[in-house]
Formats: sequence, structure tokens, C-alpha cells
Amino acid sequence: MELNIITSIITFFYFTVNKIEVECLIKLFHTLVVEPSDRHAIVGLDRNTFRNILHVTFGMTDDMIMDRVFRAFDKDNDSCVSVTEWVEGLSIFLRGTLEEKMKYCFEVYDLNGDGYISREEMFHMLKNSLLKQPSEEDPDEGIKDLVEITLKKMDYDHDGKLSYTDFEKAVRDENLLLEAFGPCLPDIKLLCFVYCALQNVYVFKRKPGLQ
Amino acid sequence: AAGGVGQGLVRFPAPRPDSVYLPLLVTGGGGPVPIATPPTTAASRASGSREAGAGARHTSLIFAETMGVALTRAAQWTSAGSGTGTLEITPLNESLLNDIIKFADSFSSRHPQEAAFVFREPLEWKTQLDYSRFELGYEISGTTIQSEERDKDDQPLLLLSASTIRVRSFGQLSRLLHVAMEKRLKEAQACLEANRDPIVKILGPGYGTIEGEDMSMVRLLDRMKKDDDPDTEIKMKISLLLQQLDMQLLNSSLKRISQEVRLTPAAVKNEVDLLKHFSGEGENTVLESLEYTSDYEFSNGCRAPPWRQVHGEIGYLIVKPHDTDPLYITCSTAGVFLNGGRGKEKDDIDYERKSDIYKDLITLLRERSPKFVENMAKQDYTFFEEPTYEKHYRHMEIVDAEDLGQSQKFYDYSEKNVFEKTKSPPLKSKPIDKKLEPSLKWNDKAANKVMKEEKENRAIVPESKKKANILSPGPIKGQSVSKRKVSDKSDEISESSSESEEDEEQPERHQEGNTDLPSEYWQIQKLVKYIKGGNQTATVIALCSMRDFNLAQETCQLAIRDVGGLEVLINLLDTEEIKCKIGSLKILKEISQNSQIRRTIADFGGLQIMVKILDSPDKDLKCLAAETIANVARFKRARRTVRQHGGIKRLVGLLDCVPLGSANLTPHLEKDIEVARCGALALWSCSKSTKNKEAIRRAGGIPLLARLLKSPHANMLTPVVGTLQECASEPSYRLAIKTERMIENLVKNLSGENEELQMHCASAIFKCAEDEETRDLVRHHGGLQPLATLLSNSENKELLAAVTGAIWKCAISRENVTKYG
Repeated sequence: MELNIITSIITFFYFTVNKIEVECLIKLFHTLVVEPSDRHAIVGLDRNTFRNILHVTFGMTDDMIMDRVFRAFDKDNDSCVSVTEWVEGLSIFLRGTLEEKMKYCFEVYDLNGDGYISREEMFHMLKNSLLKQPSEEDPDEGIKDLVEITLKKMDYDHDGKLSYTDFEKAVRDENLLLEAFGPCLPDIKLLCFVYCALQNVYVFKRKPGLQ
Repeated sequence: AAGGVGQGLVRFPAPRPDSVYLPLLVTGGGGPVPIATPPTTAASRASGSREAGAGARHTSLIFAETMGVALTRAAQWTSAGSGTGTLEITPLNESLLNDIIKFADSFSSRHPQEAAFVFREPLEWKTQLDYSRFELGYEISGTTIQSEERDKDDQPLLLLSASTIRVRSFGQLSRLLHVAMEKRLKEAQACLEANRDPIVKILGPGYGTIEGEDMSMVRLLDRMKKDDDPDTEIKMKISLLLQQLDMQLLNSSLKRISQEVRLTPAAVKNEVDLLKHFSGEGENTVLESLEYTSDYEFSNGCRAPPWRQVHGEIGYLIVKPHDTDPLYITCSTAGVFLNGGRGKEKDDIDYERKSDIYKDLITLLRERSPKFVENMAKQDYTFFEEPTYEKHYRHMEIVDAEDLGQSQKFYDYSEKNVFEKTKSPPLKSKPIDKKLEPSLKWNDKAANKVMKEEKENRAIVPESKKKANILSPGPIKGQSVSKRKVSDKSDEISESSSESEEDEEQPERHQEGNTDLPSEYWQIQKLVKYIKGGNQTATVIALCSMRDFNLAQETCQLAIRDVGGLEVLINLLDTEEIKCKIGSLKILKEISQNSQIRRTIADFGGLQIMVKILDSPDKDLKCLAAETIANVARFKRARRTVRQHGGIKRLVGLLDCVPLGSANLTPHLEKDIEVARCGALALWSCSKSTKNKEAIRRAGGIPLLARLLKSPHANMLTPVVGTLQECASEPSYRLAIKTERMIENLVKNLSGENEELQMHCASAIFKCAEDEETRDLVRHHGGLQPLATLLSNSENKELLAAVTGAIWKCAISRENVTKYG
């Protein structure tokens, strides 16, 4: 069965992740998954375990973003990241092309999944991004302003929200905007670490917080 | 004892928050006069027990002193001497004294009843008035003078004996002021100096000043209710009057103080640095030299020793103008003034003030050195559009001089244009004042022809240009400054490798005033705020948004600097956030086109950090850092910094990439080539310093450059050949260029499309062709033909110069001449 999965994944991802890496990812998955007490339960990472991984391993901190990352991984919406979903998701982290990463990030940032990142969604995601200055009358003023700045920069069709086309255009123009609304990809240093860990899954196991 | 009139002064403006605070008041005994001390102490200390028994005699000016209490705070006392302090003659003190005199003078006419009030104790001081002044209303008997006016005990209200004067009423004070005439200022001063707490003397100890609330009014009121002593009422009135005066003094001194310049160590430093750019040997510098007396700078920016900093002094300078003896100058928070200079033992400075206080160094120098003014005018002419002080010279315009001005002006314009065109190629030239002269004369003649036409267009001529010329004694002198960067071609080529000070000459230019700041300014300020106060996400957004401004425009560049953005951007480079580093470098790369920005980046230690970034595994980051270094390292100090922090070695390391020219490169390898290109750009900038040339060689740069020289791309070749050409001033490089078979590639690139590249190749050949074998190699590789072609086809002066040089050198070999012919 596992061989099947490997093959399908490799085909699916145009070999962006090689076979050995996929094997490692699967091994990793199994070390992370807690054996379900109920035999009939789906085997996978539930929301909390997954968030824990994101936090400890990939250094993510924003709750909202982490939830959205979980949703982005969990394609079939069963509240559980299966082995396939895990490998798919991590292959984007590790070897994703810009295209793949843009799609993934847009999915994360589109909080309500309506295909647009609206002003409100931006505000939500950016609301903790500025140091609160007690001197200012409206503490949210800076955030609102930041949202406007972002729109001015990214909203090419001037409809007051970001479509995927807007987002793609802006990111192609300036790669730094890929994670415009908060880190949702592991940064390079962590990736190196994960990559090394892939060679030796047990390094992972020893990390606190991961059973 | 309750508070008295002077009390308002207790609340005298708190010391401004300057880093160096000049105490307003220093008494003789040491330490500020304790306004808060109980009046008895203050009184006895200041005016002394001498007076105790003196009884009532009186004086005039003194009453002025009442307010003197106020004076203690506002007025500036010198620290000299012990016992009674002396009032320094500063504009502030003088105006205070004048106010007091005015008050005393008119007191008897305005408040006749109060004027008759007899002081509790006389005000007493040593007078300089001679006896002959006292006539009507005074009894003169031998060495004593008494007023005819007496108190109820028949004591005179004014008594002068043995040059000590005692005054006991305002009326007598007023009269004395009249008698003193022109000496009133001196008398008032003497009186105030001798009576440091006049209120106590006038009204009694109960009216002295005390710390905290001023209760005197309340107490007086109580007392008035209790008894009907008419004296109390008068005292009350006097007290009120004095308080009023006190307020008035306070207000006027506040007004004056607010107008005073307060210098800061930073301001002084800026000014000194600026002047240093214009100082040095030669006719046209503003000063011969300008040095601090001390190299050590305290952390607060001062150079004065701590015990002098207490007096507000920031540092000392020795300035040698062209036309006077060296000036020893003290810069203090209150302004700039001459000090007593150095004593025989070299380390001693006589700190005493020897001149007026000027608001800044330039004002002082302008006052002291006519040559400074003259040369400043020329400098301004070169660097600023409209020097502010030129108005003074307006009336000096002479008709004859105008023609002169015209012709020069024309020359300036044409010359300037040429320069601007040729500016982009990085050949550096040295200021060569002497060599300039003949060519200038020639230009003057040529310009004369066009002069007539020019005259008709006179309306267009900016006034400032004309005037600046008139200031200079002769045509040549006037021009040489503006022509520093113009030099003749052959020289330029042989000198191009020398260390260029291109940037060092440019003065700091701050945005003028706050009035019409462009709207970008505020937007940039806001973005910098977000970068500073935001997390990584907000920072990246703000950085990206900042890049949407036209960063090539000076307004934006300076706006970023002026709102403190450079510091923030450089700080970002020191973080772990790769995205922030990339965003910041993208901006720094653009704005470092500006020489002032380059300087500031170097000042903030940006180069050190960027050199460190060259070790980063991220290739984009490496490229950006190298490109930014390439921009910043256009002046000597920056190049030195790069070398001293191991930058050369790292940059040479960037050059190491796969062999070029191979087909289908992966994106990965292409990136490596891009990194190498950026490395070459940075090395090109750095290679203008001799020590760096050596460092590049030692780091193994020559074989790597030779490899990159095989690249087919002009954007790679230009910095590589640029570097080689720059380094070819060193024999070791010339040898290497010959032995590593680089001549072949240089010759090949002579026939390219890119003029800049052709120029560098020609110039490299020019430098290397000193050697006979090299000349043969040039011929052997067919280099003479393209050189000849370039000579006949090109319009580009720089290129022509380089090609001519190359041909000239090649022509040393006979075979070359034959073939060429």
C-alpha cells in the first residue's frame, strides 16, 4: 500500500520530491502520529498535534495562520491530515515551486475561502503586526493604514480586495510579498534543519513536544 | 522667613535638556547661589557682616537689586574669585541690568510714597563715583557725603564715605541713578554684586526667599489685619512692585534666552567636518587647517575635559586661516568664541573667553578672516546655488567686472556639461589646479567670442554666479575650484588608478527648512515608523511599499536619511530575518547612488554588516550585499573599511563560479554567475585603492578574473575589465595580464558593441603596453586594427582618450608602427 502512495505522490508532484525523500516523509509521519485509541478512527494528525508540529518544528506562532495552514493541508476537510496530505503539504514546504507556494499561501490567507483576500481578512491577519503605541488615539489606525498600503501595492484591478490574479502578479513582481500576511512557510534555516532531520528521523523524535 | 519678591525665579526655566548643561549661575564660593537658603544666610554671606553696624545710609542703584534676587538665577555670574561673585558682562545680564535701572529710575516719580520708605538695612557697595558729582540735595563734608533727606531718627538716607556708599530708600536710589549718569550701569552692577539678597535688606528678613511656596503675601495680609502699622502696607506695596518687576525680568530674560543658540556636540561636529572638506593646502581652500586639540571624544560627543564640560564647553579647535595667526577657539553650548590659546606647555589651554560669543564657527571665522569669507564665496559658488550671504556684496558690483563674470560663466556652463556627460564612466580624476591654468586661458579666449551673444541672454544668468566671480581676484583663480574635476586626458588615464576622493569633496547638504517638504517625506516617515515598530510581516510590507517611491530621486533618498530610515535599514541587516534583509538591501542598493547616503551608510557601520552577509548561503542576499558594497565603496574610507573587515577576500570568493559559456545552465548555476558578477562590481569599486589591489591579488583574484574575462556577456565583462584596468597600474597585475593570456580577451572585446567596455579594454592595454612583449601580443592578436577603427569612428571622448593612449603606447614598438601605417 505504501508503495502505491509513493508512486502516486511522485507522479502527482512531477517529481519535485524524490522517492527517497517521500519515503522519509512517510516515516516521519508515522513517528509523529499518535496511535488512535479507537481502531476505527482515521489514521492521521489531528489539529492539535499538527499545530504543535508547526509551532515546534517550523517556528510558526500565529494561531490564526496555523489553523489556516492546517486547513490548507487538510484537503478533504476531515479534520485530520492523512499521510498523503502530509507528504503533499511538506513537498511544497521543501521543494515547492513559486507557483505552488503562491497557491498555498493564497489559500492560507483567504480566511473564509471565498477566493478573495478582503480588507477585513487583511486586517485580521495584520492586527498584531505593529507595536501598539499608546500615544495614538486609534490603536488600529496603523493597521488600517498598513492594509491600505498593501492594497495599493497588490490590488492591481482596484476592486478593494485581492484575487489570486492580483496576488500572483504582485508576488511575481516582488517575491518578498509571498508571505505578505504572516509567515506560513518555514524559513530557510528551519528547512535545512528539517532536511537534515529527514535523513535521520530520530532526531525529530527527540524534540520535546513531539511524541 | 517667608518667600520674597525674587521668588519667581525659583521657577526659572529648568535647564534645557541639552546633553551639556551650562549652569546659569555659578557663585564665587562654588555651587549655585542657593536661592533656597534661608535669607539670613544668603544675606550675610553675600553682602556681609560689614554692613551690619552701618546703620542706614543709602544708595541708589541698589534698589534695583531687589529684583536682584531674581537676578541670582537669571543672571550669569562668573566663577572667578571668592566671596561676592561678579556679574559677567553678557548681553543677557546687560539687558537685565538695564531693566532694573529703568525701574529704579522711575520709581520715585511713579510711587512717591513707597520711594520714601526707609530700608531695613542699607544697601552698601563700593562706588566709583567721585564726589564732585553730588551737588544739590547732598551735604558734603570732607570725605563724606550725606543726603539732605533724613529718616525720622535724623539719619541720612544716603551716605558716601571712603568710596563706600550706603543707600536706604528708593527715592535716594533714583537720585543716585541720576547723579551717576553714564556710570549707572557700573553702579548697578556693583550694587547687585555686593548685595545678593537686597529684598531682605529692604524689607527685612521676613521677606527673604525660601524654598517652596511663596507665602509672603499671605503673611503680609495677616499682619496687615492684625495691626494697623502703615509700614506694613507700604512694605506690601513694595513687595508687590518688586514681584512685578521680577516677573518682567523673568519674561524678558526668557525671551532672550529662547533666542540664544544652543550648540550641540553633533552640530559642532558637522560644522567642523564640513569645513574640513574645504580646508587644506592651496589658494582656494577656506582655511589652511582646522584641528581639534584633542583626539579623544567622550561618549556624549564632547572633546572638552569633563571639568570644562560642566561649563558647557564642547571642544577646542585650532584653526589656521590663510590670512591671520592661528585662532584658538572654544565651542560651547552657548556659542563659539576665542579662548586664550595654548600655554607654553603644550597641553594647557587658557579657557578664559577672549572674544564675543558667535552663534557658530562659520560666523566667527567670517568675522576674523576676510580670506575665509572670500573663499567661502567661491566654494558656495561651486556647490550651492544661492549662498545666503551674498547679498552683502550686491552693491560691490562693478560694470567692468560684469564682462569678466560673463565670459567665465559661459565657460563654466560648457565645462560643466562636458563633465556631466563624461561623469558616468568611472575613470577618476584628480583635482589638478596648476595644470589647469593654460587650458583655462585658452577657454577664456574662446569664450570671449561667444560672449557677445551671451550678453544678450544675460537675464538668464543666475545672479549668484556673476557675483561669485566678482569676488575672486583673477579669472583663473576664481575658476580653479569649480574645475577641480576637470583634468587633461593623458593625465587622467595615468592617474585613474589613484585613490579618488570623488565623494569626499562634496559637502553635506541638508534639506532646507521644514517649510515645503514634499509629500513623499511624510509617507516615507510613516513607512519607516512601520519598519521600526512592526514585526517581520509589517516590515516586509513597508519595505516593499518604500520601493515604490522613486528611489533614484534625491528627495526620496534624503528623506529616508532625514527621518532616520538609514539606521533602521542597516539595523535590519543585522537581524535573522532573511526577507527583511533582502528588502532592506534592495532599498540601500538604490539609494546608495547618492554620495551623502553612502557616507551615512559607512558611518552607521553598514559596510561591516554587508561584508558579513557575503557569507550567507542565500544567493540573492549575497548579490544584493555585493552590489550595495559596490555603490558604497566609492570613497576611500569605505574601501578601507571593506578591506579591514575581510571584505576583499569574501568578494574574491564570490567570483568562483562554474566555467562560463557552457550551454544550458541550470537556474542554480545562472545564479552563481550572477553572484560572481556582483562580486566583480564590488571589487571594481574597491580596486581604486592601492592596498585593495594588493589584497585582491593575495586573495587569488587574478586567475578568477581571468576566467570571468572569457564570459560572452558585457554586463559581466565590464566590471571585470574595469577591475583589471584599475589594477593594471600595479606591475604585478601587468605581468599577470600578460602571462594569464588576458590580452587576447581584451583585444577581442575591443570590437564589441559596448563603448564602456571598449574603453576599459583600451585603457587596460594602454597601461599594460609598457612592456614590449605585451605590445607584441596586442599586434599578434590583431588588436591594432580595432584600435584604429575606434579612433576614427568614436565620438565618445573618454573612449577616444583611452584608445589614443593605447595606440601611443603600442607605437613604441617598431613593428606596430609599420603595421599600423
